[in-house]
Amino acid sequence: MPQSKISTEKLNLYYGAKHALKDITIRIRSNMVTALIGPSGCGKSTFLKSLNRMNELTDGARTEGKVYLDGEDIYGSGMDVTRLRKRVGMVFQQPNPFPMTIYDNIAYGPKVHGVRNKEKLDGIVERSLRQAAIWEEVENQLNRTAMGLSGGQKQRLCIARALAVEPEVLLMDEPTSALDPVSTLKVEELIGQLKGKYTIVIVTHNMQQAARVSDDTAFFLMGEMVEFDTTARLFVHPADRRTQEYITGKFG
Amino acid sequence: MMRKLKDDVLLCLIYLAAFFAEFLLIGILVYVFVKGFPHISLHFLTTVTSVLEGTVGIAGNIVNTIYMVVLTLVIAVPVGIGSAIYLNEYARPGKIVRLIEFTTQTLSGIPSIIFGLFGMVFFGVTLGLGYSILTGALTLSLMVLPLITRNTQEALKTVPESYTSGAIGMGAGKWYVIRTILLPSAMPGIVTGIILAVGRILGESAALLFTAGSGYFLPRSLGGWFHKMVESGGTLTIQLYLSMEKAQYDTAFAIAVVLLGMVLGMNLLTRFFIRKIETAKFTDAGGE
Ligand SMILES: Nc1ncnc2c1ncn2[C@@H]1O[C@H](COP(=O)(O)OP(=O)(O)OP(=O)(O)O)[C@@H](O)[C@H]1O
Ligand SMILES: [Mg+2]
Repeated sequence: MPQSKISTEKLNLYYGAKHALKDITIRIRSNMVTALIGPSGCGKSTFLKSLNRMNELTDGARTEGKVYLDGEDIYGSGMDVTRLRKRVGMVFQQPNPFPMTIYDNIAYGPKVHGVRNKEKLDGIVERSLRQAAIWEEVENQLNRTAMGLSGGQKQRLCIARALAVEPEVLLMDEPTSALDPVSTLKVEELIGQLKGKYTIVIVTHNMQQAARVSDDTAFFLMGEMVEFDTTARLFVHPADRRTQEYITGKFG
Repeated sequence: MMRKLKDDVLLCLIYLAAFFAEFLLIGILVYVFVKGFPHISLHFLTTVTSVLEGTVGIAGNIVNTIYMVVLTLVIAVPVGIGSAIYLNEYARPGKIVRLIEFTTQTLSGIPSIIFGLFGMVFFGVTLGLGYSILTGALTLSLMVLPLITRNTQEALKTVPESYTSGAIGMGAGKWYVIRTILLPSAMPGIVTGIILAVGRILGESAALLFTAGSGYFLPRSLGGWFHKMVESGGTLTIQLYLSMEKAQYDTAFAIAVVLLGMVLGMNLLTRFFIRKIETAKFTDAGGE
């Protein structure tokens, strides 16, 4: 088995008294796509956010257990959150470009991490937009506001924005649930192109999508990880009855 | 049928009320303009009143007004925006924040003459600033602070959470996000607060009479322009009040016209700026 990029050990998360993640132990393979599936409220987003410490923005959220990135404990005292979030980027469910130009959206992250040189930024902007397969559509309007793009374009812009800081891991929380089928297809193709270079963890409600894009799949239920396996095996021979019921649409 | 009639009557009344309000406003403006405009001359605008020559001029008051507006804003805008940022983004929500918000709101309901009394005693006497533009500006700062803080707070609240999480998710620190995303997005609201503040400064008389006094001379030397801040100086509104007291109605109306012109000009200017900001943000940001 290839080396794991991120692994967790007995990860528990509490929102006040609510126990949202229960003893999650998982090994996410490097340069692969891992899908998280499960019914609403089972803790997928919570788990995703705990991988780059975005859960710390929530008042009253408490984390126990370990999360390792390349073997390094991300909740350890030596971990710099800014560096961590540069290495582990995030794409959200609702496309959320900033109210600025397309160029400034992409350049935002690099600027956060200290890139000031104009030529260097130009290069990053073009590279990132190309990687996110949106360059052809926007190359003539870099100085226009990103708010004028279509929903699908906005989401690919957000992916480009996340790629601009050269992350190692991309966390995607239902990145296509707000998009039309054509845009969804484009984003899925994009994920196919990006894997290999990045480790991707994607939350999805769409079984077909999980089957199409991912190498591994984890099934969550009420804060627990019921089953984790290669996508091929999990969808064909689920080991747990609950997994089988979920993927065949019996509940959720 | 009955309902329709009722609706029609109501609509009629609403139109009437709107017409009445509009008519009143325009009527006042026209009246002031007709009474005041003939008494405005270049001489009136560019000289100060001379008892020896028996001429009347408001140049000193215009300068005082500008000083008062600028100085008050220099004090109140950073403090107001700063406290709004603190209350919204840093302070833990709870009793203390609510207490501060309640106090600020109450502060904006206090009659201005009480601010004048406090300013005179505290800034004027205790701090020894006497009757001066600075004393007036400090007093007015207290008065307009709630306006700026409140408007900034409201504007900050309307900035979507998703912008912040997007930026934080890329590793940006809190202050960086505030500087690059929150404040620019909140700018129209902040500017609105500042405009309201300027309106209050321009219109204030009671709080200034006790604190800034009524001096109306122009500085004679370069150093005088700096020293002016700690000298007594009456704004246009103060001068208007004093002229009325002395039954110099021509002068009073002329000053009123100048004041109205200032307010109008400022509104147009800020509207222009806000539109510029909005355009830069949400549409074409100037060419390809
Ligand atoms: N900020 C919060 N405070 C308290 N409870 C929360 C908070 N966020 C989430 N929860 C609870 O934690 C559980 C997991 O939520 P989470 O958002 O991770 O679910 P999810 O699997 O992403 O669901 P969905 O598919 O609807 O997005 C839910 O029961 C939810 O009610
Ligand atoms: Mg979710």
